[in-house]
Amino acid sequence: MIDKILASAAAALADVRDGATVLIGGFGTAGQPNELIDALVETGARNLVVVNNNAGNGETGLARLIGLKRVRKIICSFPRQADSHHFDALYRSGAIELELVPQGNLAERIRAAGAGIGGFYTPTGSGTPLAAGKETREIDGRMHVLEHPIHADFALIKAERGDRWGNLTYRMTARNFGPVMAMAAKTTVATVHEIAELGSLDPEAIVTPGLFVHRVVRIDRAATAAGGFKH
Amino acid sequence: MNALVALQGVKRWSRDALAARVAADIPNGTVVNLGIGLPTAVANHFGPGQEVMLHSENGVIGMGPAPMPGEEDFDLINAGKQPVTLRPGGCFFHHADSFAMMRGGHIDVCVLGAFEVAPNGDLANWHTGAADAIPAVGGAMDLAIGAKQTWVMMEYFTKDGRAKLVAACRYPLTGQACVSRLYTDLAVIELVDGRAVVTDLAPGLSLADLQVLTPGVTLVGRA
Repeated sequence: MIDKILASAAAALADVRDGATVLIGGFGTAGQPNELIDALVETGARNLVVVNNNAGNGETGLARLIGLKRVRKIICSFPRQADSHHFDALYRSGAIELELVPQGNLAERIRAAGAGIGGFYTPTGSGTPLAAGKETREIDGRMHVLEHPIHADFALIKAERGDRWGNLTYRMTARNFGPVMAMAAKTTVATVHEIAELGSLDPEAIVTPGLFVHRVVRIDRAATAAGGFKH
Repeated sequence: MNALVALQGVKRWSRDALAARVAADIPNGTVVNLGIGLPTAVANHFGPGQEVMLHSENGVIGMGPAPMPGEEDFDLINAGKQPVTLRPGGCFFHHADSFAMMRGGHIDVCVLGAFEVAPNGDLANWHTGAADAIPAVGGAMDLAIGAKQTWVMMEYFTKDGRAKLVAACRYPLTGQACVSRLYTDLAVIELVDGRAVVTDLAPGLSLADLQVLTPGVTLVGRA
């Protein structure tokens, strides 16, 4: 029997090693898998390379992982937020490396890794400092920049419902990076609020097919906290 | 000339008036993306007969206004991470699809803020280059070059009184030759073939006064 459901976040992350590249879902706090990040902290793994849209909000989740200096490098599009003080302090003191990536390039580089694409040309960023040193090519009269896939050891994502095959549904804009990150890692771990009986999720509504997901952990539902802006 | 002296007697457009003007110029039935900051307010000014599909980069189309107090759900947010609502017909999608909508040319109009804009349409809005500044680009580069039309909404002057419409951007670029129209508190300006064509001026402001306040850029009146 295929059964990807594990009893705890700790069990799902027991094999994370120092130096691992970890995709972490979420756009600000929406879709951020706090329970998995807390379990990642508990593993003690250090020198992590983390890929997320942002660089943490407030004190919990990714902000906590960064504040504990477990992250060597972050690959993200928008680190600067009203409540990203843990990242800000480490960045200004040179204690964390930043690779800034336009948001669409970030999503597509992750998708490319999951789709077996070796690279792609995009007009995004052409002629800007974020394309400096990259190979360019004129296609149909427009300059394009070569971008490479982002492969990862782990993807930690938050979904809404899941079953023992790993099929997932999401909730509103908490979906964000979940589906593409699920494709791009050697091991994808998803939290869900509800475990569904196999066959009970509407096949027309499953967003992430189970083959992209390796481990599923049920967590209690808690309202997503506000984050990322000035109140 | 000191900007404040030259602007005595000029009735600048308020942020709300500017947002209303942008909203009125957005064609009915289009797909629109509003950037964070000043452009977000445009959503409050669509007329009753105006139906547009509001796209937000984080994976929603058919975005509605802010929820009533107490009804916020932070799984349903906009690009500024503020709570929003979903209109009938709205739907959700993942990030790669959301940016395919931009890059693929499926967004009719995007409205962005700016630090600097040049008459050739170059846009700088993500980084001042200051040593202690934390750079953050988000979806600006994808939007700027992906939308069919990129409009900018900004204050005409920086806080220290320099025009943000400049001969050539000094700040790091967001996109090359991508802006087609500027909405500011002093004037509405079309960027056409490298020229800055002033189509509207705030009450009490002459084209000659605005030209004096905009060194290095030749402003052209609408013929």
